[in-house]
Amino acid sequence: MNRRWWLPLILALLFLLSILLPHFGILNLYLQQVLMYVGINIILTISLNLVNGYMGEFSVGHAGFMAIGAYISSLLTVWVFPKSWGPFVFPLVLILGGLGAALAGLIVAFPSFKTRGDYLAIVTLAFNMIIKSVLENIEAIGGPRGFMGMSKLTNVAWVYVWVLITIFAIRNFVFSAYGRGILSIREDEVAAELVSVNTRQTKILAFVISSFFAGIAGGLFAHVLQFINPRSFTILKSTDVLVMVYLGGIGSIMGSILGASIYTILLELLRPLGVWRWVVGPLLLVILMVTRPRGIMGLREARWLLPAEEVQADAAVTS
Amino acid sequence: MRFIIQQTLNALQLGSVYALIALGYTMVYGILRMINFAHGDIFMVSTYLGFFVASFLLGWALHLPMAVIFVLTLLLAMFGTSLLAVFIERVAYKPLRQAPRISAVITALGVGLFLENFTLATIGPEPRILPQVVPVINFNIGGVAVSSIQILILAISALVMFILDTIVRRTMTGMAMRAISFDKTVVPLMGIPVDRIISITFALGSSMAAVGGVLYGIAYMMDPYMGIRIGWWAFISAVVGGIGNIRGAMIGGYILGFVEIFVAAFLPSTYRDFVAFALLLLLLVFKPTGILGMPVVEQKV
Repeated sequence: MNRRWWLPLILALLFLLSILLPHFGILNLYLQQVLMYVGINIILTISLNLVNGYMGEFSVGHAGFMAIGAYISSLLTVWVFPKSWGPFVFPLVLILGGLGAALAGLIVAFPSFKTRGDYLAIVTLAFNMIIKSVLENIEAIGGPRGFMGMSKLTNVAWVYVWVLITIFAIRNFVFSAYGRGILSIREDEVAAELVSVNTRQTKILAFVISSFFAGIAGGLFAHVLQFINPRSFTILKSTDVLVMVYLGGIGSIMGSILGASIYTILLELLRPLGVWRWVVGPLLLVILMVTRPRGIMGLREARWLLPAEEVQADAAVTS
Repeated sequence: MRFIIQQTLNALQLGSVYALIALGYTMVYGILRMINFAHGDIFMVSTYLGFFVASFLLGWALHLPMAVIFVLTLLLAMFGTSLLAVFIERVAYKPLRQAPRISAVITALGVGLFLENFTLATIGPEPRILPQVVPVINFNIGGVAVSSIQILILAISALVMFILDTIVRRTMTGMAMRAISFDKTVVPLMGIPVDRIISITFALGSSMAAVGGVLYGIAYMMDPYMGIRIGWWAFISAVVGGIGNIRGAMIGGYILGFVEIFVAAFLPSTYRDFVAFALLLLLLVFKPTGILGMPVVEQKV
């Protein structure tokens, strides 16, 4: 079945564009920056969607993992590696940041998956606050003043590549035999256990993967802004990500892409409103949630992201 | 020793406010199984409401005695805040009662952000304090400074909490509330008007927050973003006490008050959040349902 021969072609074309457009100055710096934020938010949203959407848990501390990734990668590029190595070690640095965040995810996941429901929300919330508080209290990395000195290593092409990696990894994980255990946990945890899904292990793994990508997004974010401080990673940032997940719709990668893009671009477009931007934004969110409680996609998935057998099954059902 | 007693008084003062706000979180959770993240901001709005009512009364009715102005401020703030909360419930939460639980939580986050930023945009970011509606008299009891404000805060919060506890435990409405939180499917069959009881719950919870808000405005500075931090602390109070349990929320509020004041007394105040949340995590590891909470039963949604 070669029905998707066009997909790699389009992706490769976009990759070329992501290098060429900024290179020839067709995209100005502002548009590049917005594009990079859109990409970073897509990574954050998809990774949170794995836990909150596909698995049906409620994690609210995504910015905490992002902070760990951002700080680890920035410390590495500024203190450990010489500046001239920057572009070459950048992927490695990001992955190390992601691994740090994943480790934190593991530590958080162990106690919190003993119980179900709102307690994960409370534990992740507390984690987010603790991370911010710890960062504020370590003078060596700037304390509340923040940390700077990173060179601008993130560019549109890198963000694009990481977005693709995230989509690829999480899509394939969710549609793998093992990953479908995650969906079964959302539908009915007891039944999932009965059909021999190792629910505890599956939950922890999903949570760790989610934290890893949050860490990557944090690293990319730190190297766009070239300045991070603990206040960039408060519960408000986590709320932003939550909003993007539910705006796009849970359990849908296409939803996350749409949610993150629409929310980020909308907030940019509302920028002339000044303070009122933050009045109009939440108001739109409330209206959207009341009229469409399941978000834009709401558990549906774009065709090109579905595995072939699922598309055939769909066709069989509809015909 | 004097230092300890002094700090204990401060802790009780702050704890009263946390307890009053925590009640709203816990009552709504008990009935709707929903974390009403907008509640902290409703508290913030109530403080501003108190501010405007008090300023208006002071400017317009100079001849009124202070006690009357204070009581009027309190009552009007409670009334206005209840109206706001019931309105929010009707418009934003009620349509989502059959939707996935998370949708309502996200809506609540949105409402909270809206309230914060609307206040910021219309009233401005500068911190304010309630005009003086209570005469400040400082007593010195054995070297411990006690102000009339402190006594007032402690007394009024104890009083309203007692009233709330009585309403929930002794009246038909309270019985209906407890019935809904016990079993949501059977209760409408008994002829209990669920929608009205939910509205009453929101009204009661937010008027508690309004009492907390006015008392907070007397003692501390208010700003549009205070609902976030104080709201989170009150939320933790509710969790520490066992979310869904009214007496638990009161105890939790005072515990958090003690944590905040005593951490600030012995450590740099930047450690405040860290210690509070670390304690919360420890508590959740050893007693996941909070101090007075019921064991969580796996529920079919």
